[in-house]
Amino acid sequence: MIEQLICKNVTLGYEGIAVAEGLDFKVCEGDYLCILGENGSGKSTLIKALLGLKDVMSGEISFVNGASSREIGYLPQQTPVQRDFPASVREIVQSGCLAKCGLRPFYNKAEKERCAKMLDRLGITELADRCYRELSGGQQQRVLLARALCATEKMLLLDEPVTGLDPKAQLELYELIARLNKKGITVIMVSHDIHMSVRYATHILHIGSHKQLFFGTKEEYVNSRIGQSFILSEGGEEHE
Amino acid sequence: MSDLLNTLQFYLGHSFVQRAIIVGLLIALCSSLLGVTLVLKRFSFIGDGLSHVAFGAMSAATVASTLLKAASHDDSDLPMWLAKFLDETNDMVIILPITLAAAIMLLKTGQNTKIKGDAAVAMISVGSLAVGYMLVNMFSTSANITGDVCGTLFGSQSILTLTNTEVIICIAMTVIVIGVFVLFYNKLFAVTFDESFAKATGVKADGYNLLIAVITALIIVLAMNLVGSLLISALIVFPALSAMRVFKSFLSVIICSAIISVVCAGVGMILSILFSTPVGSTIVTADIVVFFVFMLISLILKRE
Repeated sequence: MIEQLICKNVTLGYEGIAVAEGLDFKVCEGDYLCILGENGSGKSTLIKALLGLKDVMSGEISFVNGASSREIGYLPQQTPVQRDFPASVREIVQSGCLAKCGLRPFYNKAEKERCAKMLDRLGITELADRCYRELSGGQQQRVLLARALCATEKMLLLDEPVTGLDPKAQLELYELIARLNKKGITVIMVSHDIHMSVRYATHILHIGSHKQLFFGTKEEYVNSRIGQSFILSEGGEEHE
Repeated sequence: MSDLLNTLQFYLGHSFVQRAIIVGLLIALCSSLLGVTLVLKRFSFIGDGLSHVAFGAMSAATVASTLLKAASHDDSDLPMWLAKFLDETNDMVIILPITLAAAIMLLKTGQNTKIKGDAAVAMISVGSLAVGYMLVNMFSTSANITGDVCGTLFGSQSILTLTNTEVIICIAMTVIVIGVFVLFYNKLFAVTFDESFAKATGVKADGYNLLIAVITALIIVLAMNLVGSLLISALIVFPALSAMRVFKSFLSVIICSAIISVVCAGVGMILSILFSTPVGSTIVTADIVVFFVFMLISLILKRE
């Protein structure tokens, strides 16, 4: 197993107040890690830290074997701004190549080809000239996924990607992400949905309020006490 | 009809009218380019706030110039020289830095402070309006204060009294704005569409936000001459909103909004010459008409 990301005893917080302590986990190439936790458990802070947008209070986040925080394909949660944004799918997907441009103002041929390749890979080539705001939620997520893949093919970081999608679109997106993962792309996904996480992930990181409750493989999690109680407590609820 | 054409020909023959039209079209072009980004980033309120700040700054500059003149003993001492310098640069040396500072401040408060973005804008904009008007009333030596203030707020004839230097400054600023826009087009798009993704891939989003705020301040100071400080926001938001109704890619929205803005400014200025209406409000009225036309078009397109 080639390690890509190692978090050692990381504490995260704002203005000196810790929101998550003792985060200790690692991610290897080809892993599918689901990060579970309630709202306010520091999941979004952890995302920012992984992306290198926020310093850790203590501990260490390190990328090894060629991975880096700049080489993460990030799929943020949708903002209200995006829902009625007048932009074509091609423009959005191309913007994933921006980091490769540096100071060069325009995209070159290689970047345009890369964009076309990713559109093809996610099966949205025929949407390339459509307007983003006219697409369905599932199609929009595919577009953003293609953009993330333009940035990198090493590691994807997905922040609750299925939020707001209907059940069919949710399932399709999960299947799509699983297919990408099988092709060797490391996936880190923040999720609410314990059942889907357990179904697709290889590893689970469960953060409680202020501290890490569990990290290990999915099998270990399902058999652990915390995992079982969480699965049971969530089991009775209806999922969106 | 031929009367109107003759009037138009007569006015267009004057170099001051030509200068006014050149400057007007350039300002319209710049403001529309930036307008799309500002509207989409939900920053249009910053444009509105800044225009009021620019009014306050202009009043302060007028007062400073009056006081300096009063303090001077003869025509060649320092206060007089400073007052003349202010007059020659059309008070830009005072207005521009103050507006820039306000732009940066508003941008910072929009993100994370105790006073939230919209409240901060309301505070700063109304505050500078009030202080500006008070200053002018207390210190101005002009006989027609109401007229002066009205001119500053709704656009005055100052567009018709531009010197060659001012036209050159305006052209230079336009070149800078367009240059920055073209060079950073893709980055501005990324930062507008999705700031968190842009940051994650290493684009310095905060830097680009600052760039946007600075250019906005520049444009507002320029546009004050054309439409007056209360109407600047219209120049920024209307063409963008019209274009967004109909067009579906970022590039086409920007190009369309630039065309709308320039055409409206041109038509507005010519109409205001022909029917001697106020320049600023005529341009904005043209923008409003176009907005409704585009709204209609989008409704028809949706039906089909």
